[in-house]
Amino acid sequence: MDTFLAELLVPFSYGYMLRAMWVSALVGGVCAFLSAYLMLKGWSLMGDALAHSIVPGVAAAYILGAPFAVGAFLAGLLAAGAMAFVKHASRLREDAVIGLVFTSLFALGLLMASIWPTSVSIQTIVLGNILAIADEDVVQVAVIAAVSMVVMAFLWKDLMVTFFDESHARSIGIRTGVLKLVFFTLLSACTVAALQTVGACLVIAMVVTPGATAYLLTDRFGRLILISIALGVGTSFVGAYLSYFLDGATGGVIVSLQTVLFLAAFVFAPRHGILAARRRVGAAEASA
Amino acid sequence: MTALAEPIAAARDFAPALGASIAVRDLTVTYPNGFTAVRDASFDLDPGSICALVGVNGSGKSTIFKAIMGFVRPTRGEVRLCGLSVDEALRRNIVAYVPQSEDVDWNFPVLVETVVMMGRYGHMNFLRMPSRNDRHKVDEALERVGMSAYRKRQIGELSGGQKKRVFLARSLAQEGRIILLDEPFTGVDVKTETAIISLLRELRASGHLMLVSTHNLGSVPDFCDRVILINRTVLAAGPTAQVFTQKNLERTFGGVLRNFQLGGAALHADDDARSVTVLTDDERPLVFYGDAHSRERDLD
Repeated sequence: MDTFLAELLVPFSYGYMLRAMWVSALVGGVCAFLSAYLMLKGWSLMGDALAHSIVPGVAAAYILGAPFAVGAFLAGLLAAGAMAFVKHASRLREDAVIGLVFTSLFALGLLMASIWPTSVSIQTIVLGNILAIADEDVVQVAVIAAVSMVVMAFLWKDLMVTFFDESHARSIGIRTGVLKLVFFTLLSACTVAALQTVGACLVIAMVVTPGATAYLLTDRFGRLILISIALGVGTSFVGAYLSYFLDGATGGVIVSLQTVLFLAAFVFAPRHGILAARRRVGAAEASA
Repeated sequence: MTALAEPIAAARDFAPALGASIAVRDLTVTYPNGFTAVRDASFDLDPGSICALVGVNGSGKSTIFKAIMGFVRPTRGEVRLCGLSVDEALRRNIVAYVPQSEDVDWNFPVLVETVVMMGRYGHMNFLRMPSRNDRHKVDEALERVGMSAYRKRQIGELSGGQKKRVFLARSLAQEGRIILLDEPFTGVDVKTETAIISLLRELRASGHLMLVSTHNLGSVPDFCDRVILINRTVLAAGPTAQVFTQKNLERTFGGVLRNFQLGGAALHADDDARSVTVLTDDERPLVFYGDAHSRERDLD
């Protein structure tokens, strides 16, 4: 028994595991914060597009030895600019434009990483590898996540009004254009951070699933944010911890945990779950 | 409902709205795609007034609203609110806006009281922490529209009329001197419509200025003291009695309005030549003459 307990505590005795756990939790928390807003506006796939589009920037940064956040940010700008330009200059619909631009940039990123092999492999970019994260990358990720968290904590109500009713937001003097710009800048930055923990393919889950789960559990936006952050932090921390025993694939473990919780909410949520709906129908039948 | 019908002692607490005014001068708005939605529109509105903004779809009603809210910049001309520029007026919380029901995401996870509290945000510091006074104003606004019992409901759970009242309560809590209402009567039951109208009258009595875009032509003479008729520009603006005439409405709506006359021999078996004219832009109204749909049926 004692040896079993000791076994469970092993991850906490390794510096790299501790670091992976708290960095994952921080990133998971801030992504979950953003997810509360993103899924309400039908912009969920924007996170996916962003995450794939910044891959060439990350690859270029590693090749040139520059901070990866800078490369990612520039690639994100390039992606946003390209989407705006193609949409303006052609008659294509928005989804087609987003699909075209992000896959092109993602392919370019994979190509660059395979032609000029660097310290970072394609697998690391696509799947993330928080267990082997370099010290300077930890600093970048931590700064991005912490700053985003603070900014969101100050702006969450203004963002709520802006996303709920932009006309009203303007009527009370909120500069909605600036606020949306801030939100998308934070989103891009956090996608970059999440790239490190779960990889480009699974970033989308980090900025959608916690918010979507919380949405089924409450009708109050403040609580939705708290539940969402708790889910993001919890699943990311536990996911990183479990990945010690499951040998890597941290991203897969984190996102699987999030999915399990989502499914639980989907079925058992007190008001918006499947079972609750069935109960309501049953009650209506009985009283009729 | 009763809360709405009562004469409101609290009216004096809601913004001593002196000096609420809208001045629109030669407003021209051309969108980036080259479409000029409004050209050379001018009108003036004074405090203590309810003004209807009437025109067909695409006549520029919403463009004028957007210009007043600063959503679109005038290509030419200007809008001044209480003598201030639009930006300055918005910063000072002068304008409240009651959106069209279709423009609201009813699945948004907010409770009724949260929506009304949003009206107070402009009075709070940047952290938007409600003070006791803010909470009091929210209670008062909810009470005034008769929605106190529903304050903990998610907004999507309400009926059309209740939804409208929540947003009215928000504009009350905001204490804006100018209130813009976008199609306030669509999807609303008659009882709520009457309640909204009596609330607007109370606000008028306390000096507010309301601009109401509406399709509900029948109720305009009931509660609007001024009317602006528009079709890509201002066709006529002024006191309801002078502006809201059959001739002007036909000019505003062209062939869009249903227009039929009932009178003379169709109604009476006598030589009374007086007639009733029905104008409507929605479905054809059902018109009864006594118990019959019209006398024509009897005559057939």
